[in-house]
Amino acid sequence: MSNFLGTQIAPKSFHPSQLKFYALLVPISVFMILPLVYVIGQAFKPLSELFLFPPRFIVSNPTLDNFARLFRTASGTGVPMTRYLFNSLVVTSITIFATLLITLMTGYALSKKKFKLKKALFQINQTALMFVATAVAIPRYLVVTGLGMTNSFAAHVIPYLAMPVGLFLVKQFIDQVPDELIEAAKIDGANDWHILTKIVGPLVKPALATVAILSFQMIWNSTESSNIYVIDETKKTFAFYMNTLTSSSAGPAGAGIAAAAGLLMFLPNLAIFIFMQSNVMDTMSHSGIK
Amino acid sequence: MALETLLTRISDSKVVKAFRSRVRRPDVDKDKASTALLLTPYVALFSLFIVIPVVAAIGLSFTYFNGIQTPAVAKMFGLYNYVMILTQDEVFLRYVLPNTLKYAIITGPGGYALSFLMAWMLSQIQAKPRKWIALALYTPSMLGGVLIGVIFRTLFSGDKSGYINAVLLDMGLINVPTDFLQSGDYLMQIMIFVTLWSSMGIGFLSMLAGILNINKEMYEAAYIDGIKNRMQEIFYITIPSMKPQMLFGAVMAIVGAFNAGGIGVALSGSNPTPQYAGQLIVNHIDDYGFIRYEMGYAAALSVILLVVILLFSRVAYALFGERD
Repeated sequence: MSNFLGTQIAPKSFHPSQLKFYALLVPISVFMILPLVYVIGQAFKPLSELFLFPPRFIVSNPTLDNFARLFRTASGTGVPMTRYLFNSLVVTSITIFATLLITLMTGYALSKKKFKLKKALFQINQTALMFVATAVAIPRYLVVTGLGMTNSFAAHVIPYLAMPVGLFLVKQFIDQVPDELIEAAKIDGANDWHILTKIVGPLVKPALATVAILSFQMIWNSTESSNIYVIDETKKTFAFYMNTLTSSSAGPAGAGIAAAAGLLMFLPNLAIFIFMQSNVMDTMSHSGIK
Repeated sequence: MALETLLTRISDSKVVKAFRSRVRRPDVDKDKASTALLLTPYVALFSLFIVIPVVAAIGLSFTYFNGIQTPAVAKMFGLYNYVMILTQDEVFLRYVLPNTLKYAIITGPGGYALSFLMAWMLSQIQAKPRKWIALALYTPSMLGGVLIGVIFRTLFSGDKSGYINAVLLDMGLINVPTDFLQSGDYLMQIMIFVTLWSSMGIGFLSMLAGILNINKEMYEAAYIDGIKNRMQEIFYITIPSMKPQMLFGAVMAIVGAFNAGGIGVALSGSNPTPQYAGQLIVNHIDDYGFIRYEMGYAAALSVILLVVILLFSRVAYALFGERD
């Protein structure tokens, strides 16, 4: 069987026949990160290079000037940039922690418990995978107002805790945990809380890591809550500040600061993803919708 | 014998059964209470911020509501908003609807096909380089709207310090710098390009994992059965073996395509976008809801959008869903 190609899926070793894939994939992946490379260069360019014509792709005399200027800038109302950064850090960590807890609890119940409407709940959640939050921004705003959360930190957190994709992934992953393990723990007298924290939680770490990443990306990059729910400038987030900064500061000098701010926003994203990439791939093996 | 019958009869009697179930109850009750406790936070939050907004949008779509007065049932038995959208809203009919369809049809299936193709090619190479190339492909999707706006506003900047303009000027393709992002001719193309560029997200990772997990014996068997080339391999083995991941990827592609609607505003910096060139239904909703405060009208637009998304996903389920 000379033309048997199938075993080349996930090959263990190099074979010349793989060259054609490299020939396509390497240029494409370089192309994908080029825009990002440009902005990174931009962030380290001194003013003279930002005004340079024709513009150079790569920075020749890198400096931290743009970052220094970024840290010195303050919004029109005098709120310093570090305040927004602090807000974002607080909001993001609380949201991730709470999302993980809630998702784990619900995923466990949906996977291992018997109760009425179990199937219906899972179906509804699966339909909600298609939920586009921006489409119903207005009624959501009314709910947030009705609950008296406007202009508080809670408005950055609470509306985003129920995450259908997260629950879906965690539930699929918990399905892989054998029932016998949980039965045995029950016989030993463990209650649900123990089972969750001592058995299920540690076993589904990859899924939790994935949910943490998705939740991080959603909250860290989001401007919605700062735009709509929060009026007080001191309670708004970094993504929002960056957005106003970049859309108001025109010209090459502003572009340098914007690039620096963009880089600051992107680095945590990248670090977390690289750190947890294998966990994500593990989770994704169970991500299918049946 | 008689005693035995008597004993069974007693143990079967209602009184004893009731007693027994009461004896067992504490345990069962405790488990039920515990389950309820586990479910409550999610169900409450899910209802408040997902179910109620959707239901409220449907309800509000039949009303006139300006955000201050209580909603009043709209004219024409409540159908006024829908009738207006479909017959009178010139911006919607001339720009928003065609734009949205064009954008969604290219970036949805296009991004999806691209994700699958990339995932499939990645599955044909070794693990180490695969990991890094996958990271490069995934990176754009984790940038988020704000950062994407920064990157492409810098690259496409309208004066000659904009990199794209500089390159085109240098190559002699244009004589004067073009303000791409403020131009009705280019904005849509750039939006589609940027969205495709950032479309290798979670659905892509799911499909990659799906392909890597296919049992290799499936391929061996298929080749024995007479499959001849990679094309047949993809259509007869790969895709059918990873239908669940294909479906997950499809749903994510659909949601991504409609969610990314803010991109036009992020790039051009204004809503409405220049000459309505990048106006998508999501921007139209924002325009009516948060700029003009015609919330009933905006709600009707939301309902139309949700129905469109649902229709798209029906197609995906029909293609890849498992039929019982």
